[in-house]
Amino acid sequence: MSGYLESQLIILCLSIIYAYGIFLPAASGQLNLGAAGFITLGAYASAWFNASTGAELPIWLSVFLAMLFTGGIAFLISFPILRTRGVYMVLATFAFAEVVAGIVINVEELGAAAGMPVDGHLDVTVIVPVTIFVILFCFYFMSTRLGVALRSIHDDENVATLFGVNVRAAKVAAFTVGAMLMSLGGSLYGHHYNYIEAQTFNVLLSIYILLYVLMGGTQTAWGPLIGAVFFITVPEAIRGVAESAGIGWLAEGRFMLFGAFIVLLMVFRPEGVMTRTLQDRMSGAILRRKQTSIDDAAVRS
Amino acid sequence: MLVIQQLVNGLMLGGVYVMVAVAFTLIIGMLNFLNFTIPALFMFAAVLMYATMTGTLPFGNDLILLIFGTDYRWIAGIIVALVTIALASLVIERFTYRYMKAKYGDATEHALPLVSSLGFLIIFEHFVVSTWGSDPLTATSPFGQGTYSIGTIIFSIPQIVSLTLSLIVVVLLSVMVKATKLGRALRAIAERPDTAILMGVDVGRIVPVVYVITGLLCAISGVLFTINYSTVDAYVGDTVATVAIAGMVLGGLGNVWGAIIGGLFIGMLEVMSIYIVGADFAKVPIWGLLLVILVFKPTGLFGHTLIGKGKF
Repeated sequence: MSGYLESQLIILCLSIIYAYGIFLPAASGQLNLGAAGFITLGAYASAWFNASTGAELPIWLSVFLAMLFTGGIAFLISFPILRTRGVYMVLATFAFAEVVAGIVINVEELGAAAGMPVDGHLDVTVIVPVTIFVILFCFYFMSTRLGVALRSIHDDENVATLFGVNVRAAKVAAFTVGAMLMSLGGSLYGHHYNYIEAQTFNVLLSIYILLYVLMGGTQTAWGPLIGAVFFITVPEAIRGVAESAGIGWLAEGRFMLFGAFIVLLMVFRPEGVMTRTLQDRMSGAILRRKQTSIDDAAVRS
Repeated sequence: MLVIQQLVNGLMLGGVYVMVAVAFTLIIGMLNFLNFTIPALFMFAAVLMYATMTGTLPFGNDLILLIFGTDYRWIAGIIVALVTIALASLVIERFTYRYMKAKYGDATEHALPLVSSLGFLIIFEHFVVSTWGSDPLTATSPFGQGTYSIGTIIFSIPQIVSLTLSLIVVVLLSVMVKATKLGRALRAIAERPDTAILMGVDVGRIVPVVYVITGLLCAISGVLFTINYSTVDAYVGDTVATVAIAGMVLGGLGNVWGAIIGGLFIGMLEVMSIYIVGADFAKVPIWGLLLVILVFKPTGLFGHTLIGKGKF
C-alpha cells in the first residue's frame, strides 16, 4: 500500500471511530458538539499512561485505561449535561470541549501549548482491525435492548418513558460509551502520529464529526459509517481528479462544494443519507425471498 | 490604574461581541435555532472591508478607486460589505429556515437549520481561504491610532466610536422589537409560528427581514472589527462568535438586553483573565462560566423560560 493511501486510510478509520462516538448519543436524539474534548482526554490520558515520564504502562493497557478515564469523566458530566436539551446541550458539550482544551493547554506535565510527544507507536495493522471491531460493536449495540431503547427515545421521548424505558439511564449509557469510543479514537491518533497538541482537536473537528453523523443519518448504525466514508473520500477524490485534470479552482474550492452539498442534502434528504426506511427497502428483497421459502415449507408440510 | 485600563479595554472588546451576541440571540429567540452562519457573515464582512480598503477584491477594484479615491475607500468598504452580506443573508434564509420542518417526525429535526448553517460556514470560510489565502490579512486603519485619555486611562477613538455605534444600533433594534408593527410580528413568530400565520402575520416575508437584520448586525461589527483591530483572517468569525455565544447564554437566550450586558461582561472577563492568569488560561473562566450557567441556570441571567424550551 502506498504511503498516501495508507495515511488516508488512517484518517478514515479515526474519523469512523469518532463518528460512532458521536452517533451513540445522537441515536437517542442528543447532539454532542464536544467531540474534541473527549478526543483530547483520550489522547492525552493514553499518552500519559504510556509515557516514560508518566505511568510507563504497556500501550494496550494505557489505551484501555484512557478509555476508562474518559468514560468516567463522561459519566460524571453526563448528569448535569443531559439535564439540558437541544440547543442548550449543543452549547454545553461545546463549552465542555473548550474547558478541556483550556485546561490541557495549561498543564506543564502534558507539554502545555507546545504539545506532547507520545512514546508507543501503533500502525495501520492495529488501527484497521480496531476500527472494524468498533463498527461491529456499534451494530451489535444498536440491536441490543439498550440500542432499541435509544431508538425509541430518538423518535419520542415521552412515549419511550410510558413504555417503561429508563430514559435517563439509556442517555447516560449512550453518552458514556460514545465518549469511550472517542477516547479510543483519540489514543489511536496519538499513538499513530506520536505527537499530540490540544490545538489539533478544535471546534472545527467537533463540527465535522457531528456533520458526518447527521449527514449519514442517525436512524441506523450505517449512518456514521456512510457519512465518514463519504466525506473523507469524496473531497480527496475531487482533489485527485481536479489536480490531474488541471482544474485549480476545483482542487482549492472542493470544501465549498462540500458545504454546498451539506446545504442541499438538508433540503432534499433532511434525515441523512441512510434512513430506516431505506434500510428496510434495501433488505426488503432478501426478506421477501426468505418469507416465500418459509411459506413454501409451510405448504409442503 | 492598570486594572481600570484593562476594564476599559474589555469594554471596548465587548462592543464587538455585543452585536454578534445580539445577532445570535435574535435568531434563537425568533426562529429557535443556533445560526452558525453568523460567524461566517461576520468574518466575510471583515474580510470584504479589508479587501476593499487594500484593493484586493476579486473584481471592481478599479471602479472603487475611481469613485472613492485612495483615502475614502473605507466608505466603499462599508457599502460593499453591507450590501453583500444583506444579499447573502437572503440566500441563507432560503436554504435554512424554510426547511426547518422535516417531512418525517425526527428528534434531531431541530438540527436541520443548524446543519445547513454549518454548511454555509464551510462555504464562506473556504471561499475566503481560496481567494485571499489562510494567512492573517492586515490593513492599515483609515483613522490612524487616535487616542483620548482621561488621566492615565487611554481610550482609542475608533473603539469608542464603534462601542457607541453598536450600542445605538442595538438599542434601536430593541425599541423596534418592542414598539413597531414589525416587532410585534416578530414576537408573534417567536411565540408560535403556526399561530402567527393564523393571526395574519406573513411569516414568509418577516423571516427574511430577521435574517437581513442579523446579517447587517454581523456586517457592521465585522467592518468595525477590521477598522479597530486591522488584522483579519478566514477564521476570525469562529473566535469572536464562540465568545459571543458565551455572552448570549450569560444574558439569556432570546433576550436582546441580556445579550448586550452578557457581551460586554464577557469582553471584560476575557481581558481581565488574560491580564490576571495569562492568555492561554483565559479560555477556562469563560467556558467554565458558560458550562456552569448552562447546567444550573439555563435561562441565563435575564432570559425567560418560554423561548427555546419547546423545540430546542
